[in-house]
Amino acid sequence: MMNADTSPRQPYSTYHEWYASQDRNRLIAKSKEAENIFRKTGITFAVYGHADSSEKLIPFDLIPRIISGREWRRLAQGIEQRVIALNAFLDDIYHKQEIIRAGRIPRELIEKNDAFLPQMIGFRPPGGVYTHIVGTDIVRTGEDHFYVLEDNARTPSGVSYMLENRETMMQMFPELFHQNRVRPVENYPYLLRQSLASLAPPGCTGKPRVAVLTPGIYNSAFYEHAFLADMMGVELVEGSDLRVLDGKVKMRTTRGYEAIDVLYRRVDDDFLDPLSFRPDSALGIPGIMDVYRAGNITIANAPGTGISDDKAIYSYMPEIVEFYTGRKPLLENVPTWRCSEPQSLKYVLEHLEELVVKEVHGSGGYGMLVGPTATKRERAAFAEKLKERPGNYIAQPTLSLSTVPILVNKGIAPRHVDLRPYVLVSDKVQIIPGGLTRVALKEGSLVVNSSQGGGTKDTWVLED
Amino acid sequence: MLGRTANGLYWMFRYIERAENGARLIDAGLRMSLTRSEATEDDWEGVLQSAGVRELYDQVHDRLTSSDAIDFLLRDRANPSSVMSCIEAGRHNARMVRTALTRETWEATNECWIEMKESLARKVRPADMPEVIDAIKRRTGLIRGAFHGTMLRNEIFNFSRIGTFIERADNTARILDVKYYVLLPAVSAVGSSMDNVQWESILRSVSAHRAYGWVYDAELKPANIADFLISNGRMPRSLAYCYEKIASNLGYLAREYGERHAAHETAEQTLESLRSRSIDDIMDQGLHEYLEEFISHNNRLGQEITDGYRFYH
Repeated sequence: MMNADTSPRQPYSTYHEWYASQDRNRLIAKSKEAENIFRKTGITFAVYGHADSSEKLIPFDLIPRIISGREWRRLAQGIEQRVIALNAFLDDIYHKQEIIRAGRIPRELIEKNDAFLPQMIGFRPPGGVYTHIVGTDIVRTGEDHFYVLEDNARTPSGVSYMLENRETMMQMFPELFHQNRVRPVENYPYLLRQSLASLAPPGCTGKPRVAVLTPGIYNSAFYEHAFLADMMGVELVEGSDLRVLDGKVKMRTTRGYEAIDVLYRRVDDDFLDPLSFRPDSALGIPGIMDVYRAGNITIANAPGTGISDDKAIYSYMPEIVEFYTGRKPLLENVPTWRCSEPQSLKYVLEHLEELVVKEVHGSGGYGMLVGPTATKRERAAFAEKLKERPGNYIAQPTLSLSTVPILVNKGIAPRHVDLRPYVLVSDKVQIIPGGLTRVALKEGSLVVNSSQGGGTKDTWVLED
Repeated sequence: MLGRTANGLYWMFRYIERAENGARLIDAGLRMSLTRSEATEDDWEGVLQSAGVRELYDQVHDRLTSSDAIDFLLRDRANPSSVMSCIEAGRHNARMVRTALTRETWEATNECWIEMKESLARKVRPADMPEVIDAIKRRTGLIRGAFHGTMLRNEIFNFSRIGTFIERADNTARILDVKYYVLLPAVSAVGSSMDNVQWESILRSVSAHRAYGWVYDAELKPANIADFLISNGRMPRSLAYCYEKIASNLGYLAREYGERHAAHETAEQTLESLRSRSIDDIMDQGLHEYLEEFISHNNRLGQEITDGYRFYH
């Protein structure tokens, strides 16, 4: 929020003035109020492995993170470029594979990757769109330095928090929204529905019927699935609600079976169709892949998009962006060591105390090592795992992430954050001005994942 | 609408209704033990029977004590019909059908669960009992209020209402059936204080002890009590009222769907018999037999709705 000379940074100036006039105890009371709002709304998530605490709240910090219109434009251009490249890459990988033939990406990296689905080879989804919804994770290290951490092209979550955080802020501090010109994010569900419906399959003749597919009430993001279905005004379905009948995917309604045209699925590829993928999946719909390939349903995001946001592919993103857009990437990639390469592995093992090591297929901050904060013992144990399966890991330097203020009992204190803006792709790319700011609540911590004690805050993009 | 959603709504409202009725039954039981000097364990036997959990209680407890009976009815998870089990199951169903509910209805349900989970976490001390019972009634009342004030009058509304009234009809019929013998003419040798307590307890179990005075004489008479709870179409917990509502909600569904099921016949027949038979006629032919048959028809109707509208879970 502040410049080095302790004056507030420009986008924060109006907010800072307001903050200075507030009574701290009142703000702390407001924090409690926010928590109550979240609890009664049922905005919860499940932490796997915690038996008795099946529903948890994500801590909410009430100081907004503020981004100027100028900063946002730069970011948005970079994200758009990246998302266009991701889709072009996917189309290429499942068709001519020119990027492999051009020698920019090793063949085995694609074809030996679990996220690559042979079932998608030669098939082009409706509208040629593979990743309908993308959540690009971004961190900032300096005034104009933005890095992309992850592309999240499969089923990015967290958008309900973006919406609820804004809703809560407007409820608690309406005056702030009179004083600051904050760009709206509330129309996201509407844009999402429009965007999904515009990519209905060729077999859909009438008004497209959209549904959200959830793994069910015990999934950690169930609240979000229900929330999105509700806000879009579409049906929330589980695999057991759906059948393949007469070449269509149909749901069991009180009137009998009715067809679905567009399925926004929040179920992983593996579980989507037990006939094509994991035969033990109880979450999926047997035969849906045949309906998909016959052009009778749109699946968003398309199966097999995971190959584009895989952590092993990540290190090639600069090449990928340049290959398909013909231009240098606008957003930077974090330098990445691929531990599958002996040289890199050696370097990583020698510099473990400086690096963050991640599993190639991991997510949610599980199974990673943050070198600088790990104990000697933890590093030694991790080194053994690394040597055992080097191909399973990548390593990155710890960036000096920017901080933003959060409210603590003594006033405000700096904490590290990242940002996940949400992107909708149809015949156009729409980036919602804002996103989910995740904040590492522990002093000095760099891990922002909600499963690891992270919190969230409202994210404002200002009109110029 | 998904058959699973319709099923979830139907059961959500059955459970909420059952939770509220459970609180009322306990309330009536407590009241009875206050107004009587002799030992009251037998009264709790009647309450357990009305709640349909007498046998289950014996599986868990060796002895019948009022303290154990209250705890069993209020918060024992081993009792699927305890108030807490019902609130939990109602909220679980609500969470599953979240998209079919307005935000207000969901929040009222969720808050009910949050508060009751807290206040029923430990055995309730007798001194705190009135407050807890009140809280249950208030919380379930808020759910009903939010539901009525905000829900669109469509199939979602209809399935929810049908759940409420099937459950309520079952409850009222059970309460009457457990106590039917105190309403029989032979027993009611006018006006013993013992009978009065029993009669009043029946009315209290359905929160109708005040309304009774407005409709009939102040004096409690078995035939009037039975009439009030069975045939009076203005009494919101009577069998006749429940069936007016069930038939009308099923009627909406039939018009909207353009099709009728076996459930429609059953509901209309039951309503017709409730309207046409006088209470004397029912008493003459046997109150117990009548109620038994009613309960079994009511169950059958629930099954026919489940089949006709393709419920599943």
